[in-house]
Amino acid sequence: MEQTLELLSLSPPGWGANLLRGLAASIQIALGAFGFGLIIGFFGAMGKLYGSPWVRDLLEVYTTVVRAVPELVLILILYFVGTDIINQIAAAMGRGPVEISGIAAGIWVLGVVQGAYATEILRGAIKAVPPGQIEAARAFGMPRGLLARRVTIPAMTAFAIPGLANLWLIATKDTALLAVVGFSELTLETRQAAQSTRAYFTFFLAAGFLYLMVTLLSGVLFGRIEKWARRGQPSHRGTS
Amino acid sequence: MSSAQTAPQADAADGTDSASQEAIRVEDLHKSFGDLEVLKGVSLTAARGDVVAIIGGSGSGKSTMLRCINFLETPSSGRIIVGGEEIAMKPDGSPAKPKQIERIRTRLGMVFQAFNLWTHRTLLENVIEVPVHVLGIPKREATARAVELLERVGLGEKHDSYPAFLSGGQQQRAAIARALAVDPAVMLFDEPTSALDPELVGEVLTVIRDLAAEGRTMILVTHEMKFAREVASHVIYLSEGRIEEEGPPEEVFGNPQSERLQQFLRTVS
Repeated sequence: MEQTLELLSLSPPGWGANLLRGLAASIQIALGAFGFGLIIGFFGAMGKLYGSPWVRDLLEVYTTVVRAVPELVLILILYFVGTDIINQIAAAMGRGPVEISGIAAGIWVLGVVQGAYATEILRGAIKAVPPGQIEAARAFGMPRGLLARRVTIPAMTAFAIPGLANLWLIATKDTALLAVVGFSELTLETRQAAQSTRAYFTFFLAAGFLYLMVTLLSGVLFGRIEKWARRGQPSHRGTS
Repeated sequence: MSSAQTAPQADAADGTDSASQEAIRVEDLHKSFGDLEVLKGVSLTAARGDVVAIIGGSGSGKSTMLRCINFLETPSSGRIIVGGEEIAMKPDGSPAKPKQIERIRTRLGMVFQAFNLWTHRTLLENVIEVPVHVLGIPKREATARAVELLERVGLGEKHDSYPAFLSGGQQQRAAIARALAVDPAVMLFDEPTSALDPELVGEVLTVIRDLAAEGRTMILVTHEMKFAREVASHVIYLSEGRIEEEGPPEEVFGNPQSERLQQFLRTVS
């Protein structure tokens, strides 16, 4: 027990600080990717619902391909294609290879994946908004942008939150896949600590605990957001 | 509920020409859904203070006619003139100037059959939404007026309630307050009592009756024949997309000329 605590202690020779550093990196990427994915998703949903035929086709290809290919494969493709393109551009401009920030790469790669799922979640949520709500806004002369901001987005949030909460949890766990491209997030840090000390069980259990904490906290947070978003809607259990 | 005193005609007292007296004019309106022609050339004129009731069987095109006035439905052809300003239309009937139609819509307070209050906002927030965010009226001013309006429709206690927790009658009265909040030149009612339980119809009709008494210009699509006869200054009977008969309520209801109208009145009374 004492030995375990020593291994997990925050100061060397303990590896606790490394794990927490990895966790911070994971959360940073998850937040960035989730946010980036939401932006893609919002425009994707708008494009799928109101876009011209070729916009819709293009988005259909995007959501289908991204959701069809295993995430690990996609991460490898996007990571290496992304860095390759950037390096080629750099070379064309007469510069040497560029060092790409791991965080930026992680956010880009996972964000593109998240965006495809977010597109579908938000599309469904927007379609669930009763048409009368939008019609009333149009009838009172609301311009399109204002209508989206004041009516469509707030009204669809209640429908989108459960799906988005899922997506967020997937984002936190997908960061572990970035270990394959050598990014020091929680899983890679854990593996390094475990390999150096041979204490596999201790470290992977600790990492599991950290992932669990993130999930539990997220649950509380999303619960609150959902409650707020559903204000004005009677509970399915009945009002009491 | 207080009534009267604000007379929208008052500010037009000096103008005797037809343009300043005319609140709304619809000319030769056509509307097709695909191959189905729902409106086959209908016209309507309402002077300020007029209450025009549109009656007719289901599928007669009466709701479509009302919804074409503020372009919730795109007319196929025709002219719509609100307060002397013609709404610019593209050849396909859609509004040619988005800014113009948005501005005119803020002058046409619409009340829907299904209320269509914004469910994520309280009654007070519903009523101030358009004044504050579309018309740019300061929030305090809009709130003061909204409180007054909710009081007027008998919902003074319900400011902070969300629509879903209220009865249909209460929701519809709040929806009327929302429409009044923009001080509309013309109010459009699309079967305002059709979705209500019979015992809740009366409270909504009372509010509409008060508005008629104070001289609000209104176009009212309704199934309530007794009510139409009582409040309307002009009644239009639509049948299969055409105006079959129109005139003062005493004439239309008391002495119907066409066989269709006679039959219609027999079936609804």
